[in-house]
Amino acid sequence: MSTPFYVSPEQMMKDRADFARKGIARGRSVVVVQYADGVLFASENPSQALHKVSEIYDRIAFAAVGRYNEFENLRIAGVRLADMRGYSYDRRDVTGRGLANAYAQTLGTIFSAAGEKPYEVELFVAEVGDVASEDQLYRLTYDGQVADEHDFAVMGGAAEVVAAHLEENFVQGCTLEAAVRLAVAALGHSEQGDRTIGVDDLEVAVLDRTRAQMRKFYRLRGARLSELLLPTVADPTPRGSAVDSEAGSDTAPAPDTDL
Amino acid sequence: MIGPSDSPRLAAAYMQPGSVSFTDFLAAQAPDLLPGRGVLPAGDAAGLAPHATTIVAATFDGGVVMAGDRRATMGHIIAQRDIEKVFPADEYSAVGIAGTAGLAVEMVRLFQTELEHYEKIEGTTLSMDGKANRLAALIRNNLGMAMQGLSVVPLFAGFDLESEKGRIFSYDVTGGRYEETAFHAVGSGSLFARGSLKKLYRDDLGEGGCVGAVIQALYDAADDDSATGGPDLTRRIFPVVQVVTADGGRRLSDELVAEVADRVVAARMRRPDGPVAELL
Repeated sequence: MSTPFYVSPEQMMKDRADFARKGIARGRSVVVVQYADGVLFASENPSQALHKVSEIYDRIAFAAVGRYNEFENLRIAGVRLADMRGYSYDRRDVTGRGLANAYAQTLGTIFSAAGEKPYEVELFVAEVGDVASEDQLYRLTYDGQVADEHDFAVMGGAAEVVAAHLEENFVQGCTLEAAVRLAVAALGHSEQGDRTIGVDDLEVAVLDRTRAQMRKFYRLRGARLSELLLPTVADPTPRGSAVDSEAGSDTAPAPDTDL
Repeated sequence: MIGPSDSPRLAAAYMQPGSVSFTDFLAAQAPDLLPGRGVLPAGDAAGLAPHATTIVAATFDGGVVMAGDRRATMGHIIAQRDIEKVFPADEYSAVGIAGTAGLAVEMVRLFQTELEHYEKIEGTTLSMDGKANRLAALIRNNLGMAMQGLSVVPLFAGFDLESEKGRIFSYDVTGGRYEETAFHAVGSGSLFARGSLKKLYRDDLGEGGCVGAVIQALYDAADDDSATGGPDLTRRIFPVVQVVTADGGRRLSDELVAEVADRVVAARMRRPDGPVAELL
């Protein structure tokens, strides 16, 4: 009979963490930027159907990097948890903190359970409040650690490089326009030089507290996104038209309807 | 218990792929939260709780209007004067309730969650027929209660994004689903409301015309049915009117409905039976 090798607990955890980290580093980054009216998510994602950023509840959204099947599972669990809370108590009783806790416990248990493969994912859970100071942003790692983030955050492949660009250029309380440009520029930033990511390869969504509906989440895409990304013009006319179309998009289709 | 309370980790059922129905999930996880799930002792329970009354809906080119009066009754008593019985079901549809108010409001909450849940999980909205069928299933679950006098009979209307027109569905207590053309009414005053709409409704009515027609119909329902509330001029309580078009649903402001209702009442001062229809 062969004797099993002894592996110290430290080594085992380190191996599992390395495994998860490697999986996460393979993916592209997701950027979260707080702006005056809410929270903006951006990611380079050529797929129009497989989302990295999604709505969870009225004021709560979710973004993830890593293995799609694993974070999709977590997203659905989050939607179920939020809807269950909202149905059994009230819509106001669904909080980002509660959701972040549930995710942290789940990821932590899976990470330390010997029989299970650790999840190769990292998550953001964001919630917008009535005013900017009430906005919350949590980052959850594969081992179930939770961190409270402010202003901006990045996760995924080239997180350090992208974060460095954000660190240099972030301005507190910026407009949606500025936030989109900053986030997209940061995603295209690398040590080898900057590149411009096409509108079709971007997944951008916001939680906008000024939205009239209860559900504050909506996606920015197509013409609306191109308009926001246009090179800065000092002329006031195009700015005015951008505001118009923003108001227009508020009355337009429910979030998530068009894939 | 609600949520994953026995273990800090999300329960396995939450992580299970497959189901997109919140009702099914609720039935598996917390069946006690389903409306109409409890077993009642034998006998008629109709007098137990407030009843909501008349809902009317009418389509126009490009959308649909739904309106409900504001009265809830308990036997011969007026239980509430300003109850709301018309709700947005999702962005493109509305649901109005008649029958046992407590069960109906809970059913609407479940229906709203059901539609939103599907939308979030699938990334797309249900078709208009899909929504109407889900509501039918919810009503069917309540059949036991309905047989003891606690029935819920909603009216469902919305804008169909595929065929680009307003559609109306009515139901019976067994979950039977019937599509209606042009207009429909449910609840205790529905006979009078429908009679009124028969004479007032025209295919060429626009949004404003339809709003006028449904408020006239509710006036006629209140005129002849004691359980339907008319416009309350002293307290300024007027019907809830929901309009759904290609741009989504919106509830008309109280000021706007008050203005229409005031005009209807002023005209009835001159002719209490309402507008005259031509004989031929």
